Amino acid sequence: MRSVLPILTVVLAILALWYGAAVALNARWTLDQAARAGQELTVSQIVSDTLQQERPKLPAPHQVGAELWKTTGAMALEGRAFSKRSLIYHGWVTLSATLLGFAIGAGAGILLAVGIVHNRAMDRSVMPWAIASQTIPILAIAPMIIVVLNSIGITGLVPKAIISAYLSFFPVAVGMVKGLRSPDAMDLDLMKTWGARAGQVFWKLRWPSSMPYLFTSLKVAMAASLVGAIVGELPTGAIRGLGARLLAGSYYGQTVQIWSALFGAAILAALLVGLVGLVQRITLKRMGMAR
Amino acid sequence: MRARPAGKGRDVKTPVIKAENVDLVFQTGDGPVQALSDVSLDVGRGEFVSFIGPSGCGKTTFLRCVAALEHPTGGSLSVNGMSPDNARKERSYGYVFQAAGLYPWRTIARNIRLPLEIMGYPKADQAARVQKVLELVDLAGFGNKYPWQLSGGMQQRASIARALAFDADILLMDEPFGALDEIVRDHLNEQLLALWARTGKTCLFVTHSIPEAVYLSTKIVVMSPRPGRIADVIDSPLPKERPLDIRDTPEFLEIAHRVREGLRAGHAYD
Ligand SMILES: Nc1ncnc2c1ncn2[C@@H]1O[C@H](COP(=O)(O)OP(=O)(O)OP(=O)(O)O)[C@@H](O)[C@H]1O
Ligand SMILES: [Mg+2]
Repeated sequence: MRSVLPILTVVLAILALWYGAAVALNARWTLDQAARAGQELTVSQIVSDTLQQERPKLPAPHQVGAELWKTTGAMALEGRAFSKRSLIYHGWVTLSATLLGFAIGAGAGILLAVGIVHNRAMDRSVMPWAIASQTIPILAIAPMIIVVLNSIGITGLVPKAIISAYLSFFPVAVGMVKGLRSPDAMDLDLMKTWGARAGQVFWKLRWPSSMPYLFTSLKVAMAASLVGAIVGELPTGAIRGLGARLLAGSYYGQTVQIWSALFGAAILAALLVGLVGLVQRITLKRMGMAR
Repeated sequence: MRARPAGKGRDVKTPVIKAENVDLVFQTGDGPVQALSDVSLDVGRGEFVSFIGPSGCGKTTFLRCVAALEHPTGGSLSVNGMSPDNARKERSYGYVFQAAGLYPWRTIARNIRLPLEIMGYPKADQAARVQKVLELVDLAGFGNKYPWQLSGGMQQRASIARALAFDADILLMDEPFGALDEIVRDHLNEQLLALWARTGKTCLFVTHSIPEAVYLSTKIVVMSPRPGRIADVIDSPLPKERPLDIRDTPEFLEIAHRVREGLRAGHAYD
């Protein structure tokens, strides 16, 4: 509980900065409007106007909060949680692609790491390619993946999940190579003196040793998956998902909608990463590795 | 389970470990390193042999050769009348390293059970064996604790128990008490002697401490470095029954003196 005060301080500071920036950025439009109408405005009138414009350059926190509530909780209360205008619906679309992509990416990352650790040729050849794959901007490659897959009749969830997997396999592969190699020479020698087979060394030593590394990299991978799913929603013509909301918002200058979608994505990311952290805590505790 | 190694019933005279002119050269980045040179040594069944010598004289390397973790580049080495590789397949030895090397995600009992799982002992047998060796090293009641809940000395005892669990008749120990303070060490030495007397295992024990070597051993091998070789082999005339205060007797001090002389002679080379 000691951490509450510093966190609160930081949050308040951010809010103050945000309000300040909103006033500063939106004042021009307010003043222009007033000038066109030939009105003189007092400072307090200017400030209050900058914080409730319909299409502000930078929406104020309470506007974003209200929009978030309007498109989630309020709609859920009316029983329309999964209507097309609800952020819950779009969040779910993005979430399902994120989770599928995360599962594929994490699985692929673990398999790659196992291969790299056990196979000399893979050790030499795979990592440079994996690194190269991550240096290509995802914004450049995402439309190609979508278009290619669309042309062979695969649409919707899977193409987005593949882009998610493309981003999320990498941290898992890197983390797991490190984790699977974390047992030291003595641990491995001990296994050798018992005549352990490679499979036994893997399941009884390498795999459990790698758990802390696995969860750390899964957290990074989860966040990367979400980014991948959102990016994957951009080229599809902005129909469904948080990415679509972002894009539609920017088409029509709906800054409040953009920001609420952004915050929706951030909240989703925090929840997902928190969930991985929870599984991590439970697992390590079960294993007796958390003191 | 496989049959017991053939050596068990043999007479005491047949050496359990027989090294003849063993050489080992490591090929390293800056040229070859002669870790062992012309090492010849017989270890009889039930002996307690200590290896002592300055750092880098090849004590660890020799033990690793016996365990088939390294392979001599010259000479011959047999363990229980077999090649070291075969002796390992026959589960002839348990190896104890300087660090306990217990898995943090396993309780003490499950750590001791690990080699049994790997070797495929039946489940019921595993539990009984774990219980037996826990009692042997005085850790009964600590089976359900995790390694970090135990002191360093207790962890080291657990690692000895792990090496004993599968009935190997040779125990290889590389500075097992090196990281412990002197009082704990004295205590563990006493316990180790009692354990050795009770189980009749053949022990190979690496140490840097002269009193420890003299207190524990029936035979002390003094080694010297560059190249690693045997400088002196001292058979201890001390009785099997050894209370801690035997270390103040003239016989004890005389052996200790001879060990020290051997170490000094080895150093005269550089
Ligand atoms: N894997 C290896 N590769 C190359 N050289 C090695 C290797 N292992 C040991 N050596 C060298 O062999 C020599 C003997 O090493 P060893 O570890 O057996 O000494 P030691 O007597 O156990 O020393 P210490 O008392 O410090 O443990 C040293 O010169 C060491 O540098
Ligand atoms: Mg050593």
